[in-house]
Amino acid sequence: MNMRRREVLKQGGGMTLLALITAAGWLAPREAAAQGWNKAAFETQSMDETMKALGGGAPVPTKDIQFVSTPDIAENGAVVPVGVTSTVPKTESIAILVEKNPNMLAAVFDIPAGTDPSLSTRIKMGQSSNVYALVKADGKYYVASKEIKVTLGGCGG
Amino acid sequence: MADPMKIRANVVGDSTEVKVLMNHEMETGQRKDAQGKAIPAWFIQNVTATYNGKTVLSAQWGPAVSKNPFLAFKFKGGAKGEKVQITWTDNRGDKRTDEATIA
Repeated sequence: MNMRRREVLKQGGGMTLLALITAAGWLAPREAAAQGWNKAAFETQSMDETMKALGGGAPVPTKDIQFVSTPDIAENGAVVPVGVTSTVPKTESIAILVEKNPNMLAAVFDIPAGTDPSLSTRIKMGQSSNVYALVKADGKYYVASKEIKVTLGGCGG
Repeated sequence: MADPMKIRANVVGDSTEVKVLMNHEMETGQRKDAQGKAIPAWFIQNVTATYNGKTVLSAQWGPAVSKNPFLAFKFKGGAKGEKVQITWTDNRGDKRTDEATIA
């Protein structure tokens, strides 16, 4: 009984402290804005590191993730349309990764219940590379990849 | 302050399709200016879409999302005349919220 009380107090106390710090404005606005932004995941350079930063194991390749309206050859690497549709049940989030970009992770989307696990956006690609769509469903990770050739890079000046 | 977003929300069957075009430089921090100095990174980090006070999509972005980002998604529900809000926050702490009426 006492032990449980102690644990509860510890957890509760920790959360309150963080809330207090934020509320008191001790954190610089810049850091406060970065809350809910997984800095570590966006700074990784390999699939393994990214998976670690996202808190998952090695993803399982699947055919239940499709790329829609995504070109095989992109003329302009600065604007590459990428659409991802997941038919994996209970899809919770979709991430887009570009293998040969300076940092692999481009975007992570959280899909609440009621939202279609299908979205499209535009990304930058430095050079021709594999693009991965990573889906988290029911706590597990799944992945699909597609090679996109870029005729003009989007990261240089 | 940043320019407004263009948001379009349309009812398609029993869902609402939302298309957003944001106005943002999305500077990667990898480029250099004419003097060879690195241009500091400046990009949108968080995007949230809400409908009826409920989050229908939230995203974390890195600098690899294109300049003037485009985003399209679909959620169940939504009726003509109701509102959808989109909010983004960039790495400088800048924030912008825009609203669109579902058509």
